[in-house]
Amino acid sequence: MVTPPPTFSGYGLGLRKEHYRDFLDGDVPVDFVEVISENFMVDGGQPRDILRRVREKHPVALHGVSMSIGSADGLDIAYLRRLRALADDVQPLFVSDHLSWSRIAGFSSHDLLPVPYTEEALAMVCRNIDMAQDVLGRAMLFENPSSYVAFDGATMSEWEFLAEMSKRTGCGLLLDVNNVFVSASNHGFDAHAFLRGIPADRVRQIHLAGHTQGPGLLIDTHDQPVCDEVWALYRTAMALLGPVATMIERDDAIPPLADLLDELAIARDIGMRHQEAA
Amino acid sequence: MNLAQWQEGFRDWLTAGSDAFGERAWQGLAVYQNNYRTQLVTCLEVSYPQLLRRIGEGNFREAAIAHIDAHPPRGWTLDTYGADFTDTLLAMFPANPDLHELAWIEWALSEAFVAADSPPLAREALWSVDWDVAKLRLTPSLRHRAATTNADDVWSSLQEDAASVPDGEMLAAPGGLVVWRRGFHSRLRKLDADDYAALCVAYADGRFEHLCEALVSRVGEEAGVARAGALLADWIDAGIVVGVDDRVA
Repeated sequence: MVTPPPTFSGYGLGLRKEHYRDFLDGDVPVDFVEVISENFMVDGGQPRDILRRVREKHPVALHGVSMSIGSADGLDIAYLRRLRALADDVQPLFVSDHLSWSRIAGFSSHDLLPVPYTEEALAMVCRNIDMAQDVLGRAMLFENPSSYVAFDGATMSEWEFLAEMSKRTGCGLLLDVNNVFVSASNHGFDAHAFLRGIPADRVRQIHLAGHTQGPGLLIDTHDQPVCDEVWALYRTAMALLGPVATMIERDDAIPPLADLLDELAIARDIGMRHQEAA
Repeated sequence: MNLAQWQEGFRDWLTAGSDAFGERAWQGLAVYQNNYRTQLVTCLEVSYPQLLRRIGEGNFREAAIAHIDAHPPRGWTLDTYGADFTDTLLAMFPANPDLHELAWIEWALSEAFVAADSPPLAREALWSVDWDVAKLRLTPSLRHRAATTNADDVWSSLQEDAASVPDGEMLAAPGGLVVWRRGFHSRLRKLDADDYAALCVAYADGRFEHLCEALVSRVGEEAGVARAGALLADWIDAGIVVGVDDRVA
């Protein structure tokens, strides 16, 4: 079993190119930043230089979108080795990806496709996580994705799947509160049952983001501020989990940095209140 | 149906709209299919912004859809999707080499932007080089191809938002296009036929002696040797040559 991922309880932002200059030139009041791993898994040039300079100022979490941990035909070893090289260079706070799949038989969808919550998929995911953690030499975090389809053959809930996955592999969890809200709305499950069902001691990081109402479904677009319902769910999560590294994840319609810092201040305030009450 | 078969069915739904999942879950599946296609179209638009401007949104979208249908993504990074977009352009615009070369320029610039770093070479490092055996090391960011059109002028005009952009034209004499990165900036240059031939020799085996021979065979002894020296100085200053090895293996 791998060494458990470290604990960290600060407040951070996703680093996006619109804000590179702010982070390089200024003193942005965050406790950590998170970057999309694949954007920096390149041979050289300006992206790697920017990451090195930001890393000199802030702890960095590496968050991937292409590991495809749920692929039935296993992981891409070349991808893992590149990620390992980046992690060795950055010495990140966490290395995370999603409980999803994107690759099968040489095809890569570049989307976070849903994993059926079955024993067969659980065994496959755990084998893949064991391999990833072995190559990376560290425990990873896996995030609950938003999903838009559910499967008749599922034999467990998403939170039961996450709990068992974490127990078998020693991986940590990245709780995306917005994704819980979106999936709960799309599939009609109780978001609070999800929060109560995941193992609190395995959650190392929280994502907060916005979503959009699509035709008959909520869509995880990351192009909006965090909504009131998700803030309410975050309060519940804080009460259940205690202090956990929390960040605002914005990927589209990127606002000025000050707007995201205002949102982060709300999260910080909620976290502090729960800490004081505890 | 096992997990692998189920995932292959999902792939077929995404790429071809197969009926593997029936109509019951169509609303949710449509979200994934929309994400898949939108993401790939956006990826091509971001990779080829000046080509998009050149041929217009309608033509670009038609080319993008044809490309996505014929070339489902295979790599782990979206950065490599669109590497073979020129194949689609060749099929759709067979009589427009200017568009093929414009697309090549954009792709080469993107590749150079994230190529491996290579510190510049100081001229002082050349003082004691044995040029009879010297091998030039070129920057790993270097990309080159033959040039038959004025695509570089078209790209520059589009990039600079020039008031007028030239029509695509065949060159009076073919040459070469070279893309590389110096520092953090990708560069584009057009070479005449002689200089491009010399660069191709340097790219192939790096031997400075062979580069000289190639130029001598094209422009004569005196002019060829002089040109080789001038090119070497220029390529070092430009960051194209980043090292010279003169130890015999």
